[in-house]
Amino acid sequence: MAETGGSKAGVAPSDRCAIGISFGNSYSSIACTSEDSPVVIANEDGDRQIPTILSYVEGEEYTGNQAKALLVRNPNNTVVSFKDFLGQDFPSIDPTHCHAAAHPQDVNGTVSFTIQDKAEGDASTLSVSEISTRYLRRLVQSASDYLGKKVTSAVVTAPTNFTEKQRESLIKAANDADLEILQLINEPIASVLAYDARPEAKLEDKIVVVADLGGTRSDVAVVASRGGLYTILATAHDYEFSGVQLDKVLMDHFAKEFMKKNANVDPRENAKSLAKLKAESEAVKKALSLGANANFSVESLADGIDFQLTINRLRYETIGRKVFEGFNRLVEGVIKKAELDVLDIDEVILSGGTSHTPRIASNFRSIFPATTVIQAPSTSATAINPSELQARGAALQASLIQEYESEDIDQSTHPAVTTVKHITNAIGVISLSDDGEEVFTPIIAPETAAPARRTIHIAAPKDGGNVLVKVVEGGTHIKVTKPEPKAKENGTKEEGAEDEDDSDFDSDEEEEEHREKVWKIGTTLAEAGIKDVKKGGKIEVTINVAGDLAVTITTREVGGKGGVRGTLKAA
Amino acid sequence: MATVTTVTRALPALPEGWSAEKDFKPISSITASTQRTIEPVGPHFLAHARRARHKRTFSEDDRIQAQETAKNIEKDDESDESEPEDPMMLQREAKDWKSQDHYQVLGLSKYRWKATEDQIKRAHRKKVLKHHPDKKAAQGSTEDDNFFKCIQKATEVLLDPVKRRQFDSVDERADVDPPTRKEAAKGNYYKLWSRVFKSEARFSKQQPVPSFGDENSTKEEVDNFYNFWYNFDSWRSFEYLDEDVPDDNENRDQKRHMERKNANARKKKKAEDNARLRKMLDDCSAGDERIKKFRQEANAAKNKKRLDKENAEKQAKEEARLKKEAEEKAAKEAEEKAKADREANKKAKEAAKNAVKKNKRVLRGSVKDANYFAAGDASAAQIDAVLNDVELVQGKIDPDEIAALAGKLNGLKVADEIKGVWSEEVKRLIGAGKLKEGDAKNLV
Ligand SMILES: Nc1ncnc2c1ncn2[C@@H]1O[C@H](COP(=O)(O)OP(=O)(O)OP(=O)(O)O)[C@@H](O)[C@H]1O
Repeated sequence: MAETGGSKAGVAPSDRCAIGISFGNSYSSIACTSEDSPVVIANEDGDRQIPTILSYVEGEEYTGNQAKALLVRNPNNTVVSFKDFLGQDFPSIDPTHCHAAAHPQDVNGTVSFTIQDKAEGDASTLSVSEISTRYLRRLVQSASDYLGKKVTSAVVTAPTNFTEKQRESLIKAANDADLEILQLINEPIASVLAYDARPEAKLEDKIVVVADLGGTRSDVAVVASRGGLYTILATAHDYEFSGVQLDKVLMDHFAKEFMKKNANVDPRENAKSLAKLKAESEAVKKALSLGANANFSVESLADGIDFQLTINRLRYETIGRKVFEGFNRLVEGVIKKAELDVLDIDEVILSGGTSHTPRIASNFRSIFPATTVIQAPSTSATAINPSELQARGAALQASLIQEYESEDIDQSTHPAVTTVKHITNAIGVISLSDDGEEVFTPIIAPETAAPARRTIHIAAPKDGGNVLVKVVEGGTHIKVTKPEPKAKENGTKEEGAEDEDDSDFDSDEEEEEHREKVWKIGTTLAEAGIKDVKKGGKIEVTINVAGDLAVTITTREVGGKGGVRGTLKAA
Repeated sequence: MATVTTVTRALPALPEGWSAEKDFKPISSITASTQRTIEPVGPHFLAHARRARHKRTFSEDDRIQAQETAKNIEKDDESDESEPEDPMMLQREAKDWKSQDHYQVLGLSKYRWKATEDQIKRAHRKKVLKHHPDKKAAQGSTEDDNFFKCIQKATEVLLDPVKRRQFDSVDERADVDPPTRKEAAKGNYYKLWSRVFKSEARFSKQQPVPSFGDENSTKEEVDNFYNFWYNFDSWRSFEYLDEDVPDDNENRDQKRHMERKNANARKKKKAEDNARLRKMLDDCSAGDERIKKFRQEANAAKNKKRLDKENAEKQAKEEARLKKEAEEKAAKEAEEKAKADREANKKAKEAAKNAVKKNKRVLRGSVKDANYFAAGDASAAQIDAVLNDVELVQGKIDPDEIAALAGKLNGLKVADEIKGVWSEEVKRLIGAGKLKEGDAKNLV
């Protein structure tokens, strides 16, 4: 899994210059850290989102937006959307997104492309590994140019469902580009780290959903963040709803509008027209993330006919609704898979290029309770650019580990270190509500990795005296309250048969039920007595769960002497 | 975490009499845990790793062992076994998509409306991996992408909730036919009809749908079931079977005509479907032994109620009669008693009167016996005076005193003795203030 660290190309820590790379099927980014804060590096074209494309014209190699532009006149020598093919044999790849570019081929099971990469002579058969090496070499070159020294090493992000073989293959492709891989880290975790590493971030226990909406795939993960340790609880991967589907919605829209004026000329039927249509549609889509209107304008779209049309955001949101709703269901589905509720989610991080779309963020805003933070440019002024999150996270991780020997990194990321017990239920104490009812007060959240230690300060009874610290487990459930039937509007407030008819009548629409998360008191773990607490005193309770789940409870009056300490054996 | 959370809600007071060794009472261990993988990322992980490693070196074996125990969050695909592909299906033309079984195309025949969105997505991907034209080309076959297009169409329909409902509405392959009377009679009545309603339930706007139950269902459950189904609110609709409407602007009239025709056809099919469901319910309920049983039970209960009522009435009547009789008897007895009392009273009064009379005679007789206290023959005046005084004394005392006085006088013959009694009486009366000094002086 994520632990594939180190590489045989091991570079001595003192000789290292390390960066972070997010390597996507559609776009890649490179980042370094400057005084501990991450900086995403622009390549020689000034791009920070660098299309993951390699193209050859007359022996000249192009990448990024230059290569992307070549899709119109040089599609067969242009390789796109190849990253996921790494480490896969031909039968298991999905060639769909290579449709308008070089097609993948089966060369003895290895995924390869036939490319005219030299000015003269025969075309070459290049494996996806070789293509990746060449592309990564260009990324590293851009970073080295920016930093003014040779980049030797990198932390690279990978999807959580990348197999061991894919990870090995990615490392090999990088090594072949003379790049040491310090560590591959999971994409959603890179995004979480990018947020958590901000100086203003507080260290809190929280459940985070990372929605990584990219070009060819959407990946969602539910992450428990406990004391700065991250555990992925559930993931979902979707190849049906992503950025290219939104491009497609716009392509169909503009093609139909074009055909209204030019009957029988479908720009989708001709490869070159299709490429232009696609490129401009994507540009329009991005423009609609910022402005209320965008202009589609292509010279000689098809049959030599120019085409120009304005679209507003509302229109776009209407025709793209099915895709947007697909994102909603994806996110709701993965939360269910984690056996959680939207009410359990403290934060939603929108990551990936498609996450710039305001509509997606506002849809999420309405799915989640108001207390959930939605980290997206259109819902939060302090959100980080979703396209940069992964590269930033990777760069931060690179700066954290670059001074370690690769052997050391290997051992630290070993499954024997990363596989640990996680407590199932919350652990806390019983306190009293204002009306004297027993309430669970959590101290350690569920799904916290052991060992773990948490402390709270909690009020003693008003008049002090002897205090009971009752340590229990807690669980949550969702309490649903149906609203009271509303009073009738026409003023007649009598009760009786008439009323019943009425409520029956409008029950469908307005009955918005209220849902809230409430704690349930579970098994009692221990009781401790604190004697003679002074008036207005406070009690400190510390719970320490050892790696084997033995529990040590220490409690005392804050500022007082002595205290009570006891242990619970591991089950 | 270094930070300390502060809670303002107060802890409870220690209950009276609570005690424990060193003030700590361990009660139970914490609930079993899950082995999970923490992400080896971020500054806090480095601290964890430092603690966990403790200068140990982990081997490949350790890796395998640890990975085996950790909960895997990425497993899913393996669970879907693949459905054999019908060669006839592979020959399909994409343009005939309307008549295509989208579930079969994606290898989800078994699941149909039950397939989750996730299943559909995974099934689609699996089919793409196999049938993408580039894959075909690699296998040396011709660039026939017809079936690939069928796959795309199936996915387009099934991943669009609106289109999927339209298709599911007319997906008869998911229907479960109602059992014939013969089949139902074989003893599988509940199982067979359950299946029918479970399948029918997919069209319900309201979920969950009450289940058919079995012979042990309560009357309430059965009532609830039929109520629900006789008021079934179905989302089933029939636009999927529309005839194609011409898509050009020229033939406006024809277009409108087709649209109207389609709308009518949908309405008709919907009405037929409602009728079908109603008939099915009628058939089902007609054979439902539970309904019969409940009716009989209800009848029995009703009869019992009537009998109970009659009995109660009879009993009440009898009780009333007995009560009345008893009352009458008591009244009569009381009357008789009163009468007897009255008579006894009268007798007693008469007896008392007689006794007084008799006693008075004794009193009077006594003075006569004492010769009116005269020496020699008593003069008329003397007799009168003495008798008057006797009268006076008699008038001052009640019958009991008269009787007492008579008792004292009775049998006395000697004049002095008689006089002594009288004189004592008069003195007593004067002492009691009933006579004045000097009254009845003839008796003293
Ligand atoms: N401002 C924007 N508004 C809307 N969409 C955008 C914007 N910027 C980029 N995108 C879209 O985001 C997608 C690329 O996302 P990202 O940069 O995360 O790629 P990726 O990680 O390579 O994706 P994948 O690996 O899934 O193909 C493209 O479809 C692109 O058009």
